[in-house]
Amino acid sequence: MHMHKLEKIWLIFGISALVVFLTVIGVSAFYLGNKPPSCLTTIDPEKVDQQKPFDKPGLNKVEGKAWDYELVFVASAFSYNPGKVEVPLGAKVKVIATTKDVIHGFNVAGTNINMMLEPGYVSEYTTTFDKAGEYLIVCNEYCGAGHHLMSSMIEVVK
Amino acid sequence: MANETVAKVKVDPRDAKLSMAHFFVAFSALALGGLMGLLQTLVRSGKWELPWGIDYYQVLTVHGVLLGLVLTTFFIMGFQYAAVSRTTGGHSNAARRLGWIGFWIMLIGTLMAATMILLKEASVLYTFYAPLKAHWIFYLGLTFVVVGSWIDGAAQIMTYAKWRKNNPGQPSPLLSFMAVINTVMWIVATLGVAATVLFQLLPWSLGLVDTVDVLVSRTLFWYFGHPLVYFWLLPAYMCWYAIIPKIIGGKIFSDSLARLSFILFLLFSIPVGFHHQLTEPGIDPAWKFLQVILTFMVVIPSLMTAFSLFATFERYGRSKGATGLFGWFRVLPWNDARFTVPFIGMAAFIPAGAGGIINASNQMDQVVHNTIWITGHFHLTLATSVVLTFFGISYWLIPHLTGRKLTKAMNKLAIIQAWVWFIGMTFMSGAMHFEGLLGGPRRSAFSTYGGAKQAAEWIPYQVAQAVGGSILFLGIILVLIIFVNLAFFAPKGEEEFPVAEAEDNAEKAPMVFENWKLWLGITAALILFAYTIPFIDIIQNAPPGSKGFQTWNKW
Repeated sequence: MHMHKLEKIWLIFGISALVVFLTVIGVSAFYLGNKPPSCLTTIDPEKVDQQKPFDKPGLNKVEGKAWDYELVFVASAFSYNPGKVEVPLGAKVKVIATTKDVIHGFNVAGTNINMMLEPGYVSEYTTTFDKAGEYLIVCNEYCGAGHHLMSSMIEVVK
Repeated sequence: MANETVAKVKVDPRDAKLSMAHFFVAFSALALGGLMGLLQTLVRSGKWELPWGIDYYQVLTVHGVLLGLVLTTFFIMGFQYAAVSRTTGGHSNAARRLGWIGFWIMLIGTLMAATMILLKEASVLYTFYAPLKAHWIFYLGLTFVVVGSWIDGAAQIMTYAKWRKNNPGQPSPLLSFMAVINTVMWIVATLGVAATVLFQLLPWSLGLVDTVDVLVSRTLFWYFGHPLVYFWLLPAYMCWYAIIPKIIGGKIFSDSLARLSFILFLLFSIPVGFHHQLTEPGIDPAWKFLQVILTFMVVIPSLMTAFSLFATFERYGRSKGATGLFGWFRVLPWNDARFTVPFIGMAAFIPAGAGGIINASNQMDQVVHNTIWITGHFHLTLATSVVLTFFGISYWLIPHLTGRKLTKAMNKLAIIQAWVWFIGMTFMSGAMHFEGLLGGPRRSAFSTYGGAKQAAEWIPYQVAQAVGGSILFLGIILVLIIFVNLAFFAPKGEEEFPVAEAEDNAEKAPMVFENWKLWLGITAALILFAYTIPFIDIIQNAPPGSKGFQTWNKW
């Protein structure tokens, strides 16, 4: 099979760019720790309220961990618990969330916190809130009649 | 042989009838689904509300099912059936009967699903994620659509196999080969969605089992969901590779490379579904990244395609005496809708492909996942590149099948239609992309989110989407006028079914491309490699199952 010389150059250039690109996102994910949220913990979706840490939704200070706070959310059609929460500026926070019924989204607008909440699974993402202000949490996976009303708010305060 | 080819350049009228049956369903779906799209953008602008208790999410379900599943599947099957007929010399009676059976089963399935959606028994959107539980008739209807498409596709495979048997040692006609690749990919891919519907969702919605494993269902769905988009795209590539060169008066750059790129799409479209599940719990990040790498392998055939198309254009232009670096661009037949309409689609694929690279980029997906950026993305890929190419195909295929002519007036209207589409989509998809970067969610009715400041910033973009949506709806009216004209009113005559030839110096395609045992074997091996271990993990570490929920508004 014949391949034109210019096409060979084009493909070699393209494939090399692809290798560089995949290396960059691979190093970012596995060496710098920027993996997408992929928590493997499971939970009984009908007993969420009785289980740790979901028996205490909201911001909880923790000791002896790589993060300062755990910010716990329980989602259900069509709300998050808590509906509003204050987080101190500069705090390193592990966001932990799950759902009691259908699949929900959990997107903190204006940040990189964006994860699916699926019944039976815990979703986690660790981040530092280093800019003060209000951050709207929206459900970005269709969950029913009130999907567009489902939200919460994180206030990052000094 | 040469005379025989000339004698058979028309699609057999009996095959034409079946193709047209597909197109009537496809364009009806376009009319109704397009209207639903308009309603959505108007609702989300916040300036208008749906009357008579019609629900936004019901409208959204109709839009997605009709345009994402019905329009595409019926158009593609109708087009491929005609392309195989045209390039092999026609279907046998047995293949034609099979095609009709497939068509009717798909249509019955569509009507079953549609009825349940209209009764508000299935406002679950076209992705029907469990544990939202629709009426069992909805799932059974979808099963009929898939099974019908298998039977419909089997007609193409049968005719291809017969041609191969009658022409031993010869590479099959390029368009037939491409149609069969796409059909085979579709069959392999739909096994996933068939598995979740038949073994999980149907028994669960019938009440035979109480719970469903949500992550298994989603993983099976996305095993199907990504090749689905290539199933939409490859017929457009068939037109770009093997039909457009003839329309402009040029040649196919390389027949062999065209076949190779289609084989690469078959191999790398399927073992990649995790890139739709990047932000999901329960899947190991190493396996997600592995599928991200496999996802990006489709960059290679995409680069080959871009090269071939522009090489064809440039060579044609230079043969017409064009000079300078870009002189060939000006001599392309811009007054011919059969070329210009798909060309606008092709151009849209440049930003559309760039957006796709962002979406699939592992951690970068967190910025855009499930924001309305994604909706903007697939309105460039599917609703511009693919759909404009489908329109461009219709403008010669429908009159070819109905024995009519594309008149000068309709040709002009078709070009205007494409520009209207382009302008409407620039507004709508552009605004969706920008709103998505600010965090605006997809699949949501109008909301101020309790007066949140960030949500207020999204509203101007939603107004722009309504403007774009209204312009696009005008585009749909225009295309329907052209369709009805070409089907019923255009003057009788002969419209060519253009099939391009490869350049004279291009040698015969290697027969290894027709070795299905080899390519299906590699396809299966890649799927097993990418899915076996994570899928076993998902099943072994499964949480208690979910019971069903119906959280949408009922009548």
